[in-house]
Amino acid sequence: MTEEIILQVQDLKTYFHTDEGIVKAVDGVTFDLHKGETLGIVGESGSGKSVTNLSIINMIPNPPGKIAGGQVMYAGKDLVKLTINELRSIRGNKISMIFQDPMTSLNPYLRISTQMIETIVLHQKLDKKTAKAKAIDMLKLAGIPAPEKRIDQYPHQFSGGMRQRVMIAMGLSCNPEILIADEPTSALDVTIQAQILDLIKDLTARLGTAVILITHSLGVVAGMCDTICVMYAGRIVERGPTTEIFDKPKHPYTQGLIKSVPRLDKTSGDRLYSIRGQPPNVIDLPDCCPFYPRCDKAMDVCKRKYPLSKDVGNGHAVSCWLYTEAK
Amino acid sequence: MAEKDTLLEVKDLKMHFPIGGKGLFGGKQQYIYAVDGVNFTIKKGETLGLVGESGCGKSTTARAVAQLYRPTGGSVNLAGKELTRLNAKDLIAARKNMQMVFQDPYASLNPRMTSGDIIAEPMKIYARKGLVAMTHKEIDERVEQLMERVGLSRFFRNRYPHEFSGGQRQRIGIARALALRPELMLCDEPVSALDVSIQAQILNLFKDLQDEFGLTYLFIAHDLAVIQYISTRVAVMYLGIIAEISGSADLYKKPLHPYTQALLSAAPIPDPAIEKERKRIILTGDVPSPDKQRPGCYFYDRCWKRMDKCKAERPQLKEAEPGHEVACFLYHD
Repeated sequence: MTEEIILQVQDLKTYFHTDEGIVKAVDGVTFDLHKGETLGIVGESGSGKSVTNLSIINMIPNPPGKIAGGQVMYAGKDLVKLTINELRSIRGNKISMIFQDPMTSLNPYLRISTQMIETIVLHQKLDKKTAKAKAIDMLKLAGIPAPEKRIDQYPHQFSGGMRQRVMIAMGLSCNPEILIADEPTSALDVTIQAQILDLIKDLTARLGTAVILITHSLGVVAGMCDTICVMYAGRIVERGPTTEIFDKPKHPYTQGLIKSVPRLDKTSGDRLYSIRGQPPNVIDLPDCCPFYPRCDKAMDVCKRKYPLSKDVGNGHAVSCWLYTEAK
Repeated sequence: MAEKDTLLEVKDLKMHFPIGGKGLFGGKQQYIYAVDGVNFTIKKGETLGLVGESGCGKSTTARAVAQLYRPTGGSVNLAGKELTRLNAKDLIAARKNMQMVFQDPYASLNPRMTSGDIIAEPMKIYARKGLVAMTHKEIDERVEQLMERVGLSRFFRNRYPHEFSGGQRQRIGIARALALRPELMLCDEPVSALDVSIQAQILNLFKDLQDEFGLTYLFIAHDLAVIQYISTRVAVMYLGIIAEISGSADLYKKPLHPYTQALLSAAPIPDPAIEKERKRIILTGDVPSPDKQRPGCYFYDRCWKRMDKCKAERPQLKEAEPGHEVACFLYHD
């Protein structure tokens, strides 16, 4: 990880217009991604993790969704403002993505070779033969046994873990600068999850790829990431280096989240800590701290205004009135 | 030889599903050996955790215990009653003592019934059959009582499932399971679909209900930390058999079976300092398909401690240490 920033997301807002009102799925997200860094985005369902990342490469279905504001700066360009053709030269090439469910993200009608070669020919201007050789190399790197044979098979002939390996090979085949992995292991078993996480870690370190890892599992981010962003109701409530977040969590939500996970290495006490209540509905959310109804430390000001992000040192920032002077 | 505080005794339970069928040209009928000889007992008030990867037969075991599938072989003894031999009528009476909570709170509640009706349904059915003596008024009162007990306001009783969140729906499912005051609850991944903060609430609810009503759980999950938290004893399943079974604390401190060791080492721990230091046992390959019975150990293909003997002979579940049984030749003499 170096100091060079390759992706800068600033005050990104993605809203969905629905019959019930405006869903502010992402509401002012800001973060930087450094070269070679692995950044984790954690949060519960509906917190806006996936929408944030779909917004980065402008893949929000429009309508109903719309990027309502903010910037995504990559290589001097604002990705939000690019035309579709300009975007296409970046997607899959400079910034590629792997998804949770490897079955639905591969085309079941096409051989793996067809799908992989398409990407490589399109972005790297290679002829088909060289592209196939490159695809086989990538599959081998991703740990697929007998890749020369397997490349001509169809997705259904691969197991879940193997399919995810194919997705990773495909995602990295054009040497992207950034790999966005959206819950890459959530559909997999623990032993396969360990294999896949190992592979992502190893390959991206070797190729110098920066990774944005989206997950709901605190265990996964703890082992994989340099930096963590914790999302709640469309906003990043806390952000900082992994060790800082786990050792000195500042936001009451992060603290609660860490305490409420049962842990293998600790013999269980009597009760788990649990955050009371439910995650909020993000339709027409008032401009207050969305966590205050569930927060043990809620104050009056929390109901009135959303706290700005405050730097607490060591690259650790938190959005909570406990750490910000109320005016 | 069931001891008197044993509530459930499962012996050599087998569940084989026919696949393909014989077809026009005959040929041999093939089977999926989903559960292939499982033995365990659960004592009153205890929680047995059943853990394993997808397809290892956890859910099938629970369903075969509940007789939702009629097992291919073996016996299931609940509180002195042999369930596999009961006819449909007696089975319904016996099931009163054994209720299920399912994984998906979206699929397991009828979307066209209100939460109150869902919780009342088991009581209404059993009252109609004359198996419980409850009047309409009593059922009504019990519904409200149950809703309050699982943490739902009784004013929600006229709402439909889609009006509830995932965690609240799971509470409805739990209230429904509690309605007939069963001794045994079969919980099939009841927290897997829930978010972390909600998962903690529901796990606590399970523990509180157990303390309050002396419930016995067969608790299925694939998350090892959840299983450790909730269970008194844990059984690790692999490919239709139990690889290891022991007291919860014991299993996590000193796993014996190579598969359990790999499983535990693969589970991520939410602590970056520990994660950095940990050595993982990375298993190669995938779980094989349970479509054939193997002569040797089922874990042979992926085991990193395999011996010649393991290929030819199948290790049986044997006690390696007091209260700690394992099906592995490393611990058999």
